[in-house]
Amino acid sequence: MHVQVGAWGLARNRAGAWGLASSAPVPRKAGLLLGGREDSGILSPTPVVGVEVGPGVGASVPCCLNVTAATLLLGAEGIEPVHNKKIFQDSVPGCRKSSTLCRCIDEIKQELKQDNIAVKANAVCKLTYLQMLGYDISWAAFNIIEVMSASKFTFKRIGYLAASQSFHEGTDVIMLTTNQIRKDLSSPSQYDTGVALTGLSCFVTPDLARDLANDIMTLMSHTKPYIRKKAVLIMYKVFLKYPESLRPAFPRLKEKLEDPDPGVQSAAVNVICELARRNPKNYLSLAPLFFKLMTSSTNNWVLIKIIKLFGALTPLEPRLGKKLIEPLTNLIHSTSAMSLLYECVNTVIAVLISLSSGMPNHSASIQLCVQKLRILIEDSDQNLKYLGLLAMSKILKTHPKSVQSHKDLILQCLDDKDESIRLRALDLLYGMVSKKNLMEIVKKLMTHVDKAEGTTYRDELLTKIIDICSQSNYQYITNFEWYISILVELTRLEGTRHGHLIAAQMLDVAIRVKAIRKFAVSQMSALLDSAHLLASSTQRNGICEVLYAAAWICGEFSEHLQEPHHTLEAMLRPKVTTLPGHIQAVYVQNVVKLYANILQQKEQAREAEGAQAATQLMVDRLPQFVQSADLEVQERASCILQLVKHIQKLQAKDVPVAEEVSALFAGELNPVAPKAQKKVPVPEGLDLDAWINEPLSDSESEDERPRAVFHEEEQRRPKHRPSEADEEELARRREARKQEQANNPFYIKSSPSPQKRYQDTPGVEHIPVVQIDLSVPLKVPGLPMSDQYVKLEEERRHRQKLEKDKRRKKRKEKEKKGKRRHSSLPTESDEDIAPAQQVDIVTEEMPENALPSDEDDKDPNDPYRALDIDLDKPLADSEKLPVQKHRNAETSKSPEKDVPVVEKKSKKPKKKEKKHKEKERDKEKREKEKKAEDLDFWLSTTPPPAPVPAPAPSTEELSVNAITTPKDECEDAKTEAQDEEGNAEGQDQDKKSPKHKKKKHKKEKEERTKGKKKSKKQPLGGEEAAGEPVQNGAPEEEPLPPESSYSLLAENSYVKMTCDIRGSLQEDSQVTVAIVLENRSNSILKGMELSVLDSLNARMARPQGSSVHDGVPVPFQLPPGVSNEAQYVFTIQSIVMAQKLKGTLSFIAKNDEGATHEKLDFRLHFSCSSYLTTTPCYSDAFAKLLESGDLSMSSVKVDGIRMSFQNLLAKICFHHHFSVVERVDSCASMYSRSIQGHHICLLVKKSLRGPVAGGRKDRLLDSLPAQELFGFWSLSPAASGRLGALR
Amino acid sequence: MIKAILIFNNHGKPRLSKFYQPYSEDTQQQIIRETFHLVSKRDENVCNFLEGGLLIGRSDNKLIYRHYATLYFVFCVDSSESELGILDLIQVFVETLDKCFENVCELDLIFHVDKVHNILAEMVMGGMVLETNMNEIVTQIDAQNKLEKSQAGLARAPACAVSAVKNMNLPEIPRNINIGDISIKVPNLPSFK
Repeated sequence: MHVQVGAWGLARNRAGAWGLASSAPVPRKAGLLLGGREDSGILSPTPVVGVEVGPGVGASVPCCLNVTAATLLLGAEGIEPVHNKKIFQDSVPGCRKSSTLCRCIDEIKQELKQDNIAVKANAVCKLTYLQMLGYDISWAAFNIIEVMSASKFTFKRIGYLAASQSFHEGTDVIMLTTNQIRKDLSSPSQYDTGVALTGLSCFVTPDLARDLANDIMTLMSHTKPYIRKKAVLIMYKVFLKYPESLRPAFPRLKEKLEDPDPGVQSAAVNVICELARRNPKNYLSLAPLFFKLMTSSTNNWVLIKIIKLFGALTPLEPRLGKKLIEPLTNLIHSTSAMSLLYECVNTVIAVLISLSSGMPNHSASIQLCVQKLRILIEDSDQNLKYLGLLAMSKILKTHPKSVQSHKDLILQCLDDKDESIRLRALDLLYGMVSKKNLMEIVKKLMTHVDKAEGTTYRDELLTKIIDICSQSNYQYITNFEWYISILVELTRLEGTRHGHLIAAQMLDVAIRVKAIRKFAVSQMSALLDSAHLLASSTQRNGICEVLYAAAWICGEFSEHLQEPHHTLEAMLRPKVTTLPGHIQAVYVQNVVKLYANILQQKEQAREAEGAQAATQLMVDRLPQFVQSADLEVQERASCILQLVKHIQKLQAKDVPVAEEVSALFAGELNPVAPKAQKKVPVPEGLDLDAWINEPLSDSESEDERPRAVFHEEEQRRPKHRPSEADEEELARRREARKQEQANNPFYIKSSPSPQKRYQDTPGVEHIPVVQIDLSVPLKVPGLPMSDQYVKLEEERRHRQKLEKDKRRKKRKEKEKKGKRRHSSLPTESDEDIAPAQQVDIVTEEMPENALPSDEDDKDPNDPYRALDIDLDKPLADSEKLPVQKHRNAETSKSPEKDVPVVEKKSKKPKKKEKKHKEKERDKEKREKEKKAEDLDFWLSTTPPPAPVPAPAPSTEELSVNAITTPKDECEDAKTEAQDEEGNAEGQDQDKKSPKHKKKKHKKEKEERTKGKKKSKKQPLGGEEAAGEPVQNGAPEEEPLPPESSYSLLAENSYVKMTCDIRGSLQEDSQVTVAIVLENRSNSILKGMELSVLDSLNARMARPQGSSVHDGVPVPFQLPPGVSNEAQYVFTIQSIVMAQKLKGTLSFIAKNDEGATHEKLDFRLHFSCSSYLTTTPCYSDAFAKLLESGDLSMSSVKVDGIRMSFQNLLAKICFHHHFSVVERVDSCASMYSRSIQGHHICLLVKKSLRGPVAGGRKDRLLDSLPAQELFGFWSLSPAASGRLGALR
Repeated sequence: MIKAILIFNNHGKPRLSKFYQPYSEDTQQQIIRETFHLVSKRDENVCNFLEGGLLIGRSDNKLIYRHYATLYFVFCVDSSESELGILDLIQVFVETLDKCFENVCELDLIFHVDKVHNILAEMVMGGMVLETNMNEIVTQIDAQNKLEKSQAGLARAPACAVSAVKNMNLPEIPRNINIGDISIKVPNLPSFK
C-alpha cells in the first residue's frame, strides 16, 4: 500500500490574517506546514517528505511506539470497519481480508500480556489509534487501567488518554479506577493531577462523580492555577452526573469568579455560564457579580461568555437589560474584535426583545445594531456575512420595520454562492413580507427555484415559499387564486421531497377558504388530468403526494366541477394504479363522491343514459383497484364495486338512486385544530392515572383491599357523574367557550384587515355568501401562470387606489364645504390593500371546554433538568459531599453530634414531614423574595459609570468572618469544629491559604468601615452581609413562619413605609435599617428626605459634614406604584436599651396638576432583638460556652401560648435572630450573638402547662433584666398577642 | 459546549477524533463520514459554519471548520459557543501544533496522535475551553515533555531505538543527504522526543 501525503500548510499573508493555502502547487508531494513564517513552505521549492509504507512494515516493527502505531494505521486504513468485531472475535486464520490488521491485533494482545509496562503502554497507544479508526477496544479496558496506574507520567498519560477515548458509563471496570484517580488527584506532581482531571472529564460516571466530588472540590483551591482551572472546569461534568454536589460546591465556584488567575476566572465563568444557560433563573442573583466582571475584564473570551450569559438572563429580568444597554453600547463602539462585537449586538438584541413590551424608546440601540449588522453583512468575509444575517433574523422578530429597510441587501444575499448564506437570507425573508410585497418576493423566489441546482436548497426554497405565504394564517395573502397557482406551479418541481407539504397547503386552503373552492377544484381537475406527468417517476419523488390533495378536493367539492365526467375518467385511468397505495385509496374514495355528484346531476337533468354510462364506467374500471396489492385500496374498491353494481341494478329498474348515494357523503367536513385532541379537558372526577382494575398484587395477604376500593368507588360514582346539561347549561358553556377561544392561541384571532371575518362557530348558516370581485377572471384555461396574477394584482391595486383617491377627493371637497372633520394624511399602508376576494377562513375546530393552557412539553429526560437547583437557599447540614471516612473518627465531634438530631427528625411520622416540607417551601419562597429584593436594589439603582456596588460576599466569606473574630476561647473550639467538618458544608475556609484570606477580609472590612464613615449610604455589600446571616444561620430543620420580617413603619395616602432592622456582623455596634418605600399614589414622589432625631444611645450615620438636624436624602425617586428600598446605618451605644427614634419623611409629590410638599412622621423602634444577629453554633461549642460559667442566667415562665412548639421556635428564630442549636422533643437550646459580640443562650422548654423559656447570657448583658430581654416579643407584630404574655 | 473535535484529511481519513459525549465506535465513524461529506463539498470561499445538527444531538449544534491544505479541522459546538471565537480557537490550535511540532504536517498528526491529543487537552477539557493563550499552552506542553524526559532514565533506551528505526524507514534521508545540508535537515525532522 502506498500512501502519499499531500501538502497542507498555512501561510500568513501580508495583512496578517490567516489565509488558506489551498492552492498548494505540489499536490502529490508532501509539504510541511509552515505556519507563521514569511518563507512559506508552500511556495518553497524544496520537496519534502514522501512516505511509502508497505503493509508488512507495521508488523515488523514491534516495539517502537509511534512508528508502529502509525504504520499500523496506515496498513489498517484499507480495512472496512464493518468487520471490526468479527476481526477481534475471530482468531488470526479466520480473517482473510485483513491479515495485516489481524497480525497487529495479535501482536498487541501479546504485548499486553507482557509484564513490561513500557511495552504495555505502547500497545495501549496503538489501540487508541485503532479506536480512532473505528475499532472497538473495550476488551482492553483492564489493560488500559493497568497503564493508567503506572507511576511514570509518560505511561500514565497514555493510559488516561486511552481511557478518555474509549471509556463510557457502560464500561464495567471503571469502578476500579476510583482509587487510582483519587491517588492521582492528590499527587504532588501537578501534571499527574492534570492528566487525571483531563481524563476524568471525559469518562466521569455518576459513581465516580459522587466519590470524587469532594477531592475535586479541594483541588479548586489548589495553589497552582493550572490545577485550579482544570478542577473548576471539571466541576460542570460532576454536577451533570451528580446534581447533589451543585449546592455544596457552588459557593466555592462563585468565589472562583474572582480568582486572581485569569485562566481560573475564565474557567469559572465558563462553568457558570454553562449552568446558567440551562436554568437561567437560578443564576439571576449573580448578575451584579457578572456585571462587575464585564466592566472590568479585558479577556475577550470571558467577555463573550458573560455577554452570552446576559443574553440568556435578560428575558427573565427586563430591568437587567436596561442596565446592560449602556455598557454594551459602549463595547460595541469601542471593541475591535469582531467576535465580541457580534456577541454584544446579539445580547443587545436579546435585551431589546425583552424590553420590547415595556419600553419602546430604544430606537437608537436598534438602529445601532442594524447598522453594525449591515456592515457585517456587507463585509467580504463570508463568515461575518452569515453571522450578520443570523443576528438580523433575531431583530426581525420584534422590530421588523427596522430590518425591512434593508430588503435590498437581503435579496442580494439570495444570489450569494454560499448556500448557508442563502438559507439565512431566506429565513429573513420570512419576516419581511407584507401584503404589498408578498407577490414580488415569492416571484423572486420562484425564479430561484428554477435556477437552483441542488435539491436540498430547492426543497428549502419550496418550504420557505410555503412558510412565507401561510404564515400567521395566510395573513399576507390578498389573492388566493394566485396562491393556488403558485402551489400548482411548485408541483412541477422534479425530485422534491415536499410533495406532502404542497398537498397539505392545497387541502388547507381549499377547505378553509370557501371562496376559492371553485377555482381550486378547476385547478385540481387539471392537475388530475395531467397526473401522468407527475407520476412519471412516482415512486422516487414525493411530488405525487399532491395528487392525494387533488383527488380529495375534486371529490369533496365535486359540485364545483365544470366537467365532472371528464375528471371521473381521469381518476379511473389505468395509470393511477402505479401510484402509492394511500393515494390510490383516496382516489377510490373520491371517485365515489364524484360519481354520486354525477348521478345527482344526471338525474336532475333526467338523463338516464348519462347516469348509466357513468355507472358503467365505474363498473368497468373499478376492478383494477380490486386487484391492488394494497389492502386499503383493495378493501375500499371491492366494497364500492358492489355498491355500484347494486346501483346499476336499480338503475336498470329506473329507480332514482342519486339521493341515497349522495347521502353517503352529506355534511360538511370542518378543519380540526392539530392539538384539539390534546385539549379535550379531562372530565371532572376522571382520574386517568387511577387503575381501572386493581393491579394484581404480589402478596396474597392484601385480599381486603379490592373490596375497600370498590366500596369507595361506589360512593364516588353518583357524585361525579356528569350532570345532564340542560339547554341553559349548554348556552352558558358555549359562552364560556367563546371566552376561552378569545384567549386561545390556537384560535385564529381577528385579522387586521376589516374585510376578513372569522367565525368562532363553524356552521353553514353563519358563513356569509361570498362575493367575488369581478375584476378577476374566474375561468382560467389550463394551468395558469402565477405571474399573471401579479400583473392583475397590480392593476387591481391601481384601480383601487384610483377609486380611493376619487373618494378621498370627494370627501375632501365635502370637508372643504363642511369643514367638519379634519382629514388624516392619506398613506397607503398594508391595510389599504383590499383582498381580491372577500375571504372567509374557516377556523379550526376545538373541543368544547378546551384547556387554554399551552403546556410546553419539556423533555423529561433532559439531563440538565436535574441541575435546576435553587442556589440561593442556604446550605443544610445534610447537604454534604460524601467524604471518604476512616474508621477512627475521634476528632470530628460536631458533625457526629449533629447526626442524631437529624436522625430523630427523619424518624418522625410522615405527616409531620410533609408539613415540614411545605413550610420549607414557604421559607424558600421567602428567601427567594429576599434575594430578589437584593437584586431589585441592585437593578433599581442608576448604573454608576464604572464602579459597581461591591459584590455580595459569599456565604463562605461570611462564616469566615464570623470565625476569624473570636471573642473568647469557645470560639476557637468552634473554629476547630468547623475545620474538622472539612469541606462538608462548602463553607469552610481555604485551609491552604487561611492567612491570606483573613488578611483580605480584614482589608475589606477596613475599607468598608471607611466607606461607611464617609458616605451615608451604605454600600450594598454591607447590607447583604448583615442580611445574610439571618438566612444562613437558621438551621434547615426549623421552618420559619411565612410572614415578612418587614414591619409597618408608617403610611398615608401617598406612601407606605415598612422597615427591617438588621444587626451587622462586621461592624460592632451598628445596625442597618432597611426602609421600603412604596408609592401608593399616582404621582411621582421626588426629593425624598429622611430626618431622624438622634438619641444619646442611637445615632444615624450621616454623610460627612452634614449636621445632626439635616435630613438625609433618599437616593431614588418613586414613580407611581413602585417600591424601593433605602438603607441607613445607625450606631448604637448600649444594646440593652430599647429605643424609639422619631423621624420624618418629607417628599414632593408631583402629578399632572402640580407638585405638593408632603410629610410623614414615623417612629423607628429598636427592640433588643434587633441588636442580635443570627449566628449558627454547634452543640459542642454551645456546651463549652455553658460550662465556662461566664454567663449569667435568668428565666421566665410564660403561659397561654397556643401555637405548636415548632412554630414557636421558628418565630423566635425568625423575629429575634436566634438559631436552634439542638432540639430534643419539647426542649430546645438556642443561640444568638449581639452585634457587640455577647453570647446569648436560650433554653426553651415546654412544660405540661406550657413552654418555659430560660435565658442565659453573657456577663456583659447582666444588667439586662429578663423582662427587657423578652420584652421585645410583645413589640414584634407577628408574635404579639400570644407571646406578649411571656412577661 | 464543544461536542466533538474532528480532524480528517481531504479523503475523509480521520487524523484525530475527540468526542465529548459518549458514542459507540460505529456511530463515531458515521459522524466522521457524514461530517466529511458535508464539509468536503463546500467551496473554499464560503462561510465556515454549517448547520448540520443531524449528526450530534440536537439541532442547535453547529459545525465550525477550517481547512488547511490537506486537513479539515472541524469543531461541533452548541449555541453557547461564539462562532467567531471557535474559529479563533481553531487557529490557536493549529498555531500551537505548529509550534510544538516545528512546522507541523499531516504526518506529524499520524505519528504523534497522542501528542496532538495532549495539546488539545490543554486547550479544551471535557468540551469546555480551558485555555486560549498559546504561550501558556506551549509552556505547559514543554513542561510536561521535560517531566517525561526526566522520568525516562533507563526507559530512554527504547526511545533512542525508536528514532533509529524510524530514521531507517524514512526514505527522504538519502535525499537530504543528496542535497548536502544534512546538518540542517536532520534536526528539522518530526521530533522524536
